[in-house]
Amino acid sequence: MSGGWRIPGRGAGIDRQRPLRFRFDGREMEGFAGDTLASALMAAGVRVVGRSFKYHRPRGVMTAGAEEPNALVEIIEGAQQTPNTRATVQELYAGLQARSQNRWPGLGFDALAVNDFLHPFLGAGFYYKTFMWPRQFWERVYEPIIRRAAGLGSLSGRTDEGAYEKAFAFCDLLVIGAGPAGLVAALRAGRAGADVIMAEADTQPGGRLLADLPEIGGQGARDWLAGVQAELAALPNVRVMTRTTVTGAYDGGTYGALERVGLHRADPGDLPRECFWRIVAKRAVMATGALERPIAHPGNDRPGVMLASAMPAYVNRWGVAPGRRVAIFGNNDSALATAQALTAAGVQIAAYIDPRPDVPALQDFPVYRGAQVVGTRGRMGLHTVQVRHADGVSEVPADALGLSGGWNPTLHLACHMNGRPEWDARIAAFVPRDGMVPGLTAAGAAAGGLSTAACLTDGARAAATALADLGLPVPEMTPPGAEDAPYGIAPFWAVDAGGRAWLDFANDVTTKDVAQAAREGFASVEHMKRYTTQGMAPDQGKNSNVAALAVLADATGQSIPDTGTTTFRPPFVPVSIAALGAGGRAKGFAPERRLTSDAQSRAMGAPMIEAGLWYRPSYFPRVGEATWREACDREVAMVRGAVGVCDVSTLGKIDVQGPDAGRYLDFLYTNRMSSLKPGRIRYGLMLREDGHVMDDGTCARLGEGHFLVTTTTAAAGQVMRHMDFVQQAFCADWAVRFASVTEHWAQFAVAGPRARDLLNTLLDQPVSADSLPFMACQPVTVAGVAGRLFRISFSGALGYEVAVPARYGAALFSRLVEGAEALGGGAYGMEALNVMRIEKGFITHAEIDGRVTAFDLGVQRMLSAAKDCIGKPASERPGLMDDARGQLVGLMSVDPADRIDAGAPLYAADAPARAENWQGHVTSAGYSPTLKGWLALGFLSNGRARHGEVLCIHDALRGRKLMARVCDPVFLDPEGRAMRG
Amino acid sequence: MRLTCPCCGPRDRREFTYYGHETFLHRPAPDAGGQAWDDYLHNRDNPAGPTRDLWYHDPCGTWLVVARDTVTHAVEGSEALA
Repeated sequence: MSGGWRIPGRGAGIDRQRPLRFRFDGREMEGFAGDTLASALMAAGVRVVGRSFKYHRPRGVMTAGAEEPNALVEIIEGAQQTPNTRATVQELYAGLQARSQNRWPGLGFDALAVNDFLHPFLGAGFYYKTFMWPRQFWERVYEPIIRRAAGLGSLSGRTDEGAYEKAFAFCDLLVIGAGPAGLVAALRAGRAGADVIMAEADTQPGGRLLADLPEIGGQGARDWLAGVQAELAALPNVRVMTRTTVTGAYDGGTYGALERVGLHRADPGDLPRECFWRIVAKRAVMATGALERPIAHPGNDRPGVMLASAMPAYVNRWGVAPGRRVAIFGNNDSALATAQALTAAGVQIAAYIDPRPDVPALQDFPVYRGAQVVGTRGRMGLHTVQVRHADGVSEVPADALGLSGGWNPTLHLACHMNGRPEWDARIAAFVPRDGMVPGLTAAGAAAGGLSTAACLTDGARAAATALADLGLPVPEMTPPGAEDAPYGIAPFWAVDAGGRAWLDFANDVTTKDVAQAAREGFASVEHMKRYTTQGMAPDQGKNSNVAALAVLADATGQSIPDTGTTTFRPPFVPVSIAALGAGGRAKGFAPERRLTSDAQSRAMGAPMIEAGLWYRPSYFPRVGEATWREACDREVAMVRGAVGVCDVSTLGKIDVQGPDAGRYLDFLYTNRMSSLKPGRIRYGLMLREDGHVMDDGTCARLGEGHFLVTTTTAAAGQVMRHMDFVQQAFCADWAVRFASVTEHWAQFAVAGPRARDLLNTLLDQPVSADSLPFMACQPVTVAGVAGRLFRISFSGALGYEVAVPARYGAALFSRLVEGAEALGGGAYGMEALNVMRIEKGFITHAEIDGRVTAFDLGVQRMLSAAKDCIGKPASERPGLMDDARGQLVGLMSVDPADRIDAGAPLYAADAPARAENWQGHVTSAGYSPTLKGWLALGFLSNGRARHGEVLCIHDALRGRKLMARVCDPVFLDPEGRAMRG
Repeated sequence: MRLTCPCCGPRDRREFTYYGHETFLHRPAPDAGGQAWDDYLHNRDNPAGPTRDLWYHDPCGTWLVVARDTVTHAVEGSEALA
């Protein structure tokens, strides 16, 4: 160990032939493949890895696992900056760049360390008391300052461009944790033929075996492990997932798990950074082991103080000595065993300190019985441990101190569905109860079995239970023998001596804070937690919650089980939002639906507008048109004067068939559809059962028992769900079936006085005004392709909609546009479509917004008196047929140049624009080149009786105020001559 | 959470759309009166324990009644309406 911190001949987890360069706070260092950032830093002699949350005290590596409270760093990869990364979990790779957190200007000298001297004023809840007045200072002054002073790492402030994945998996048995208990469970279930997933948070299976290297079945731990791994690998029904932490237990046997996929690679290539798994398991074995807890003694946070069990992990896995002279302070037999193991590995034990008076004193190292650590010295690194014993206080030189206050079973997952654990006095810890999560069994140390032999036996038992539940054969299995020393412990939580003794290192919570919380009335565990922030840091109090509970119990004079536990919630370890939401970003969140004419529309320069998930052309600009309005006005004029073509395939199309189809549609629509003759079309209104309008559309009868109904683009999904419900709930025995055919057909509106001329150039059999009258339909052959022709109009012009199978959509669109242009027309987009339907007073979901009734729309006559339909009884409730309700009206600005905007509120001409004077609102608006003025639709209280009245539209949001005249919502051609022509 | 679609088997709850209590299946007669219709449309219990509610399996279009427990989250079973 001369000079360096690596121990020759130790460290099976690292490859000394593969050195890796990395940087910490800009300093270049070297570690080995297999190192964690923590082991590499310790090997490089770095003792201070961060500053504490509140007091900015120097801190060192505390643990060798996911529970690390101190060694949190920022990892920098180009634009990516990941804060609060646990150095004990981050694997080393070539070129890794890490930065310490919560210090300024640097780790060695941190200006805010002044907080440490102010600590008498900064106890629990200090900011609730100190920064109360003046009130408005909290948000603007105090909070920003406190936020800067406290807190952990920082984000880059840029968008996370990293790749993340999500995945689903299914299995008979999920084994959580691949320590001795998990390995035996997976082996037994695997041999039985069960479909097994074993998830292990670490880089390799083994758990504590990798740190403690016990003998198993007469073999070395590594040899036994290699044998088990080989057998598992040979079983095709067993999947071992390493670097995968099970983060939560949810309903129905679903478990969340976070896999680190690319985070440990220098060049991840196309791999995602992380993958979030949802694993559905019929049964689960929770073999998550146990977490050691420290002891709260004065000065227990100095760099060099760590968990006793972390020390053999660093020695045996990574070949790193935790110190040159190591002291161990523990209250249980595993602490003594650790001291013995470290001695055997060549680490010098300066002292073993145990409050128990009866510890065997004859060891290869000095033993202090009935003793406690009452203080430490060494600001940037421990150098002295002060030990109080029967004969006084000794100053023991030591540069590392291992703490062991006992072990807490890692039972978090078992509590995720609101189960409460029970206190086991035998090991002075909480253990899971049976049935806390349905289908989940705890095994091994997670169930309170703290010897290797107990883990092996219990893993086999848990597998047998699960296999029996699954109805699978239970293969005979005799677990191998192993160390089975009894585990003695004398509960000991905090040293009673002057000075601050830390419980929660990550949030700087001391025993005094907990006692103070109790004194000030925050005596329930949930109150204490929130008042002191105990257990609320990224580590969620993994190794401090139980000790804090014990200190609280002591302060309130209760027992620990009576004090209770805090609630464990998912996730067990921090999960990035990006991983949880993987696949749900940008187009993954809202995929694009494209029309068959999409490519042509874009090639024509049309900007696209979103309609639900669909992308529809807004307008088709021509040379010389500077604004969208110029294009829109021209397109409207084209349709009114010649012919226009518009892709309307986005409308929902539902094919309804069967002898009872008409009867079914009568029940669904307000008006009667069964009386429709084949080859005819009717406009239909559909209500929700509560009497409000759900949707409108057309219903075409293609044959005796064959209808095609259309829905609006926006409501297609809702209408389909509604139709399924009505049919399955109320008329399941009727002979009717239906299916969505929206994507099967490309459909184009051809509108304008020359519409028929254009169509007849493409139809194999031309149509005339009489052969296909308004609101009729027929099968047609379009340039040799079988299609359908509907004589309907959403523009008010002479109009048709022609439909062909979707694969011919692009070709037909090209032919139609070409033909239209030859006739002085062309393609039109959504803007022109909207202006023309406003001119005609046709409604869209801007009007039928879910609060509107047929009465409001002025189409109460569409509710057939002769039959029942969905929504009819409720629509007749008195409040829904009140004249004071908003009624659909038209609005024209008094000065035609005055622009009207959708959403603007309506007031009486002379009334101030205040809420109590509100009379209605504008739903749609546009400039009509046909009528040379701004038109709008809207809802106005008692509007039908107020045609001719002049109102004030005062749009304070956009800063516009104008006068508008109320009129009938049909501005143009109220008799419908053009479309009937 | 997982629900069993009578048509497709056990599926993730993200495939389903929730509607409400099975009350919606018991549509009153058109002339049943205001109270009956208000009860049908709006008035619901908030049970702590067993309940039966309506879910739609979007991929296949099947409506189902799910028997479950609001306290334990246990799903007892599901059956298609039709």
